[in-house]
Formats: sequence, C-alpha cells, structure tokens
Amino acid sequence: MANKIPRVPVREQDPKVRAHNFSEVCYGYDDAEAALEASRCLNCKNPRCVQGCPVNVKIPAFISHIVSGDIGGAARVISEDSSLPAICGRVCPQETQCEGQCILGVKGEPVAIGKLERYVADWSRKNDVRFSDKAPSNGRKVAVVGSGPSGLACATDLARLGYDVTVFEVLHKAGGVLQYGIPEFRLPKDEVVASEIENVKALGVRIETDVVVGRTVTVDALLGDEKFDAVFIGSGAGLPKFMGIPGENLNGVFSANEFLTRNNLMKAYDSEYDTPIYVGRRVAVVGGGNVAMDAARTALRLGAEVSVVYRRTEKELPARAEEVHHAREEGIEFRMLTNPVEVLSDEKGWVRGLRCIRMELGEPDASGRRKPVPVHGSEFDLEADVVIMSLGTSPNPLIAHTTSGLDVDRHGCIVADESGMTSKPFVYAGGDAVTGAATVILAMGAGRKAAAAIHEKLSDK
Amino acid sequence: MYRIVSRRMLTPVICMQEVEAPRLAASAQPGQFLIVRAEEKGERIPLTICDYDRDNGTVTIVTQIVGASSRIIASKMPGDFFMDVVGPLGQPSEFVNVPVGELAGRRYVFIAGGLGTAPVYPQARYLHQAGASVDIILGARNAELVIMEDQMRAVCDNLFICTDDGSKGEKGLVTGILKNLLDLGEHYDQAVAIGPMIMMKFVTLTAREYGLPLFVSLNTLMVDGTGMCGACRVTVGGKTRFACVEGPEFDAYQVDFDEAMRRQTMYKPQEAEADHKCKIGLH
Repeated sequence: MANKIPRVPVREQDPKVRAHNFSEVCYGYDDAEAALEASRCLNCKNPRCVQGCPVNVKIPAFISHIVSGDIGGAARVISEDSSLPAICGRVCPQETQCEGQCILGVKGEPVAIGKLERYVADWSRKNDVRFSDKAPSNGRKVAVVGSGPSGLACATDLARLGYDVTVFEVLHKAGGVLQYGIPEFRLPKDEVVASEIENVKALGVRIETDVVVGRTVTVDALLGDEKFDAVFIGSGAGLPKFMGIPGENLNGVFSANEFLTRNNLMKAYDSEYDTPIYVGRRVAVVGGGNVAMDAARTALRLGAEVSVVYRRTEKELPARAEEVHHAREEGIEFRMLTNPVEVLSDEKGWVRGLRCIRMELGEPDASGRRKPVPVHGSEFDLEADVVIMSLGTSPNPLIAHTTSGLDVDRHGCIVADESGMTSKPFVYAGGDAVTGAATVILAMGAGRKAAAAIHEKLSDK
Repeated sequence: MYRIVSRRMLTPVICMQEVEAPRLAASAQPGQFLIVRAEEKGERIPLTICDYDRDNGTVTIVTQIVGASSRIIASKMPGDFFMDVVGPLGQPSEFVNVPVGELAGRRYVFIAGGLGTAPVYPQARYLHQAGASVDIILGARNAELVIMEDQMRAVCDNLFICTDDGSKGEKGLVTGILKNLLDLGEHYDQAVAIGPMIMMKFVTLTAREYGLPLFVSLNTLMVDGTGMCGACRVTVGGKTRFACVEGPEFDAYQVDFDEAMRRQTMYKPQEAEADHKCKIGLH
C-alpha cells in the first residue's frame, strides 16, 4: 500500500549554519524524493485537498503526472490554476489548507503537497518550461494597481484571456510583499521571484514601476484620460501598526515592515548595497505572525540574539508551523504570554529594554480564541537595544482618498464583494487592501476571482 | 530609468539637476517631494521637488553633497540616468486646496534655510502667480550655501538674505530677520519654514511669540516614502503621524522637534563610516 510509505523528509540547511546566512533554508526534493513522496498520494475520487486550496489547484492530477515521470505535464496542470507555484510551494500555510485536508493526515502524515508543487515549479524554471499560450488580443485595456500576489494573479488571468494589461507598482521592483516582505532565506528573489515575474511578463503584461497610484496618477485618470476599461486594485496592506505604548518612537524601535524592507528590498544584509540597517545586540520582536518570524530570523542572521514576545501561547501563534519550527531550531527564544507595556530609554533616547507584563488566558473573545489578560503586578524588564513591532498593518488611505465613489469600511479597507467588485463601476479590488493583512495565496485567489469578474463585465459591454 | 537633461553646480557643494519624469512632472504640486534611487545598489533618497515643467515632462531637484549617496546623485551628468525617480509623494501645501481667487491679497512669509530654499521656490511661485504677497527670508551658513537668489527674487515681493558669518546679506540668523519684520509691524497671514530641523524649531519658538501661524516641512528618514515602513514617524499634537503620507508639512506648534531631531540621527554612526563599509549597526 502506497500509504505505508512515511512522508519523505525534505533536506534543509543545518540550523547552526543557516543562522548566519541568507541562503534558502529548504533545499526541496530531488527527483527520487519527489517521485517517492508523490507515490503516497491516494488520488482520491473526491479530493478534499483541492477544496482546501484557495485557487483550487488540481492536486491529485499534478501529483499523478509526477508519479508517471511527466513533470512537464504536472507543471501544465498547476499552471491552469496558479501563476506563482514556485512561490506558493514555499510560502503557503499548507497545514491549514491543502495538506490540512489530506486524508492521509487523519491517521498519519499528509502528502507533502507544498514541497511537490515547489519541486514541479523549480523543475519548470530549470528546464525553461513556460506556459504563455493566450487568447488573441480583444483590444481591451485593464490597469492593475500593485504587483504583489493579487495583482500578478489578476494580470496573468486577464492576459491569458487576451486583455492588454498594465501593472502599476509603487516600488522600484515588482513583486510587492514577495519582494519587500518575505526574506531571501524563505523565498530567493533573483532565482524564484524574478523568474515568476518574468513568466507573467512573457504573457505580454507590462509592469510600470515607480508609479504611486493616488499621487502620480489616480484611478479616476486611469479610467478617464488613460482609457483603461477596468482597474483592479491590489495595493496591499499598508501602514504598520504600533501598540501605542510609551517609548515607541525611541531610536531603535522599528516596524517589521521597515526592518524587512531595508533588508529584503534594499538588500542591507549585502555590504555591496548602500542602505543601512540597525540590528543591535539583543532584539525583541513583538508579535507572533509570519512577519514576526521573518523579522526575528532576519535579525538573528544579522548577528543579534533574538526573542519573540507574544501575548498568547504557542498554540495561538498565527505563523506557519514550519516557520516557528525553523525559528526555534535556529535559536530564537520565544516568550509566550508576555506583553510589552513600555519601551525603556537610555539617557540619549535609544532603546535599552522592554518592560513587559505576564499574561494569562481568560474567556474566549470574538475570534473564539481565549483572550489574554494581564497578571496584576507581574511586570518585568527584558534587556533589548532594538525592538521590532510586528502587529499587522492598517490600510493605506491614499487610493481611497483620491478615487471618487470608492467605499471603504470603518477600518479603511476597500469594500468589495466575493468577485472583487467595488462600489465604483469598472473598479475591482482584492488581497490585503480588501481583507487586511492575510496570505499570499488568499490574495492570489482574490486576484483570480476579480479577473473572472472583470472578464464577465467587459464581455457584456 | 530617468534621464538627466541638465545639470548645474549652484555652488561647489550644491547641484541642480533637471530629470525626465513625465508622469511625475504632470502631477507634482507645491509642498510634495520625490525619491531618487540613483543606482542599482543605492539607497532610496527623499528629495524636495524644486521645480516641475509639465510641458517638457521634467522635474528639477537640488542636492547638497553631504555623504556617499548625495555624491552619487550629484555625479550624474546630462545624458546619464537615475535608476528610479518616484513621486510626487506627501500632501501638497495647504494653500493648493484654497481656491486660487481667495489667495490674492493674502500675505505669506517663507523662512528657508540652506537647501530648504529649493522646495520654497515652487510654493512661492504658486502664491506669487495667484496674487498673494510673498516675503522670503533666506538663510545659510555662508555665501557658498546661498542658492537660487535670482529665481527667488522673481517670485516674491521682498527677499531678505542672511548668513551665519556675514559673507552674504545680513550677518545673523533667519529668526533675527523674522523678529525684526514682525517688530516693525509686518503682518502675515501664514508663515512656512523649510530647512534644517534645528532652524525650524527656533523659527517656531520665535513665531510663537507673535502668534504667527506656521507650517514646517519635515525631512525625516524614509525608506519607501509611501506609508509602508513608518521610519518617518513624528509626534505631532501628541499623536504619531507618518511624515511621508500625512506630511511633510505640519502645524509647527504641534511638532515634537526634539524627538524628530533625535530620530534623524538613527543611522548617523553608520553614515559616518565613509562609504558604508559596515552598515549593520551594532551600536
């Protein structure tokens, strides 16, 4: 029986070594490992994994191509539903999506779907296999705001349907969070991200960088003077949140966004690049999401001792299980049920520590998780010269403020229905700009739905 | 890639460049800024917009050579390219939202310090053309740092120049000239100060004595300049604000200048290391 084979472990860089470099942690499967792991798939008639995937990749179908040694065929199956498989294979929270649904997971270990997807995508890249077939031009123009996961997914689908697509990116490099947020050791930029973006460009999608939609050009002007037939807004999550505790503007307190942007987009870790980064000796990262893990592991690689401070328990950590596991292996210290109350200053206005209070779990709150409550009188000081706040983001108001008739909710997120349709005709939105900070794959799913809705709308016109 | 159309050294250390950036030139307003990344491995450097030419699709920037990055920017000759020029960023000046007809007859005084002269120029020109009365106080350390004198003269009613060492104009500080004007009974509806943080702090202290409404333009640290990183956060009226998207201009009386000045020194130890030999600060 195929399912007697244990899940094939994936080879990784030694934690002691990788704690000092930015090379990718996970090496991925080789041909034999992938074939063996693929053979574990039961090829269910009613594949629950496909339902668990936000873009419904036909998982058993691509895996059976691996089993028969037709990796190109596997790649074609994936390309029908996902435009960024090398990225999703690396950063999706598979344990709560496809793999979380795998029937093998009920009694044992689920099929390593993410690792297999990555294997196929890496094979395609190394063998220069690209799926750039598309419908003939239909003469209609669509503008996509933001070149992150939702924008790239939307642009890909529309280009395949024959649309003339221009993506506007505010930064100097395309990719959005894939570029500025997720570190090199999790998602190699030149090798993986750049190559996936080349695939999108190969479909004829134009990417214009250095354009601030809302300032350099408005959505209204794109629909007006620039004669786009529709606009998709995938502008991302926006402004970093802070806690509102004393001392947050001291020198040495950063948002995770700033710390990661300096390191990832601006490549501060590479001495050839000019952008500085300040790491200190002891770093406290506040938060428990993927971004917090990325910031913590980046600071570690730059030479600091790092603690993650989180107000709930390990069970509630929102980060992917693999990231938490890797962070621990690398020597990151986790301080659970701990909440900062003040950033402490030295005599010159630089961080010298973080005053925290211990927490305990009380009654479940609106999210269904037990609410952490402070333990009276339990304050203590943590030594730190850098504090990185990783508490999520709030929407950037720029586009909402400069687009007539575009509704936002009380948090400032753009209001859009399931298909991405907003309150403004011919304007669609998706990804973090609509949902608040979420995942790469959910953003991609939203981009694809919006592409379908835009196609339906413009086909009727 | 953004082509440099012309370049002129205004002084031995201050460089003016006109750059092709059609979308930016078409949308720039007084009070906004831009970001230049000169080369692939360079930093993103926020710079004020000194001028924009909508017909020719160019913007003009002025850089003072103070370190590695500004030296690289200033080294680019006509025909050379910047990797990236992005903007306009930040909010336009408050008067851009006032119907032009209502600006006629209003009295403005600008206090420009050194390189702060450059961003004052498009503001003064806008107001001058709208029929407002504009006085400009232009201060610098010495004659070598006084720039754009003739251009400024053409867009104002009165231009006052002072230098710390008296090598040009009056010997003294901009606050001294402002105080004199106000003591002589000059009345202004609005003052705007742009220059080094320490100058803006002292202009604020002076203006406060006279109850003169004052805006300052904050040149904070930034990375993306679009609200994403929060490096630019300043305390204004007791609240944390992002200078890049909510500023750069704020009501001077609400700004915590001491904090803003301290935050500007965040990477000073690393910048001092000549060409960033080590950029990973361990303090």
